Amino acid sequence: MKKYISFFRMRFIAGLQYRAAALAGIVTQFAWGAMLILMYQAFYAADAEAFPMSFQALSSYMWLQQAFLALFMTWFFDNDIFRLIMDGGIAYEICRPINLYDMWFTRNMANRLSKALLRCFPILIVAALLPDPYGMRLPVNVGAAFWFLITMILGYLVVVAFGMLVYIATFFTLSPTGVKLAAVSAVEFLSGAVIPLPFLPDNLRRVIELLPFASMQNVPLRIYSGDIVGEEIYYRFGLQLFWVVILIVLGKLLMGKALKRVVVQGG
Amino acid sequence: MIQVKHISKTFQVSRRNAGFSEAFKALFHKQYECIKALDDISFTIADGEMVGYIGPNGAGKSSTIKVLSGILTPDTGSCIINGRVPWKERIEHVKEIGVVFGQRSQLWWDVPVIDSFELLRDIYRIPSVIYRNNLEELVTLLNLEQIIRTPARQLSLGQRMRCEIAASLLHSPKILFLDEPTIGLDAVSKLAVRDFILERNKKHNTTVILTTHDMQDIETLTNRILLIGKGKILMDGQLDEIKRQHCNSKRLTVEYEGKGIRTMEGLRTIKDEKQQAVFDVDLSRITVSEAISDISEQVEVKDISVGGPSIDEIVAGLYQEYKI
Repeated sequence: MKKYISFFRMRFIAGLQYRAAALAGIVTQFAWGAMLILMYQAFYAADAEAFPMSFQALSSYMWLQQAFLALFMTWFFDNDIFRLIMDGGIAYEICRPINLYDMWFTRNMANRLSKALLRCFPILIVAALLPDPYGMRLPVNVGAAFWFLITMILGYLVVVAFGMLVYIATFFTLSPTGVKLAAVSAVEFLSGAVIPLPFLPDNLRRVIELLPFASMQNVPLRIYSGDIVGEEIYYRFGLQLFWVVILIVLGKLLMGKALKRVVVQGG
Repeated sequence: MIQVKHISKTFQVSRRNAGFSEAFKALFHKQYECIKALDDISFTIADGEMVGYIGPNGAGKSSTIKVLSGILTPDTGSCIINGRVPWKERIEHVKEIGVVFGQRSQLWWDVPVIDSFELLRDIYRIPSVIYRNNLEELVTLLNLEQIIRTPARQLSLGQRMRCEIAASLLHSPKILFLDEPTIGLDAVSKLAVRDFILERNKKHNTTVILTTHDMQDIETLTNRILLIGKGKILMDGQLDEIKRQHCNSKRLTVEYEGKGIRTMEGLRTIKDEKQQAVFDVDLSRITVSEAISDISEQVEVKDISVGGPSIDEIVAGLYQEYKI
């Protein structure tokens, strides 16, 4: 376990040194969040009743989404891992006394967490200071805050476990471009990163909510804004747990298969 | 103890001719060719031996190293290293080996080298006393004091390679695989790396297996040579032995005063001008001392030197002989 912790620590520290990137990220995310909220304001101005969430709840949802983007963005991959697979640097990874899946999993967790921690606070603080109904407000109650944290961690694990499948697929396709493109465009939509899932037509939504992608940011953000309450929280939490386990088991199985037929590219 | 028996490994390589229409055809029907990277390889290496593994590009050197270090699973054959099968008990096996791939880096790109070392310490669970001793020894011998605090991305190739070698030895491995460790290094760094490897072998009895194209590496470091070509082991023998077998001539360079040299039987003139001559001595017919005494009887010898063909020439000769 210690090796994974120190590995995590190292990637975490390395991630913290990219300050300019973080600053640029904060600015982008702030602008993006503001733009989305203004866009929704136009819709709400037309007919507020037609929407499943209150505008205030939606604002909170948007700001949290931007603040914790680094935890949930499915389009973010560690290009070093793709490079390792493509140019054969993987050789060194395999000759370490360590489980490759666990190591890469840790690495991705560290990457995302360091990014998120650098970026979330300025966004959260500014968003909290904005006037109603554009700003971010405290969660509806303590329970919601607690479940928000729990499901956020689980959602983060689902995102990382899903990302692992994309890395592993590269062992078989030998180039990440196709898998990445296909995964990213579909998953962004299905996870509620583009439009919050409650905004989708009911029939479609019911199906999408069963998929692993709905167990990512969809659950914590909606718990926070009071859109998911009561017993439904337990149901979503259970579903998240289910998907974390399934995705990790699947990833480990595929990784085992991949390593058996690994071809170290580039001599 | 490394025992390799009848190992074979085949790779599928997709091939097509150049051009648009060929590329289009390959979209629907891809042609694969099977390349035998390793073809019935067998050898045994004892503890503490230093073995040079040579062969032209694409002969299967790196593939062998990858099989031995547990990265590749061969199609057939068996390999037992210190009682373990590398690809079956990978994690246990790799704890006891150190690997350096000259063309790749195991150091983290964006953090100081020492951070990479400390991570390796945790990954290999090196007890802190052993780690400190090893680090101190490596830092002194490889002269890393200054560069260890620099991020790997800012190191020169020679500095990086010294760090790579240090990184592969932190956990005191019993076996060290070096895949082209001196590739791209300048003369000083090469000498430093060679000295270090020799030292390490003497002091810690580390088994070293070395692939290289630099014959100086082979000459200074190893006694035994494995020659591989087209995936087959062609020769396995002592370097001196090979030198003796494959060089039955010596080169004699003479600087003299006098009116010229008549060559005796078995002595062939390569060059003779301005009081300087180069001869080829055919050792199957005369000895070097016979040649020298014959020459010195005719002229006043001012300087004389005897040399064999360089090891590069010998190896080139071997490649030719085995048609690889």
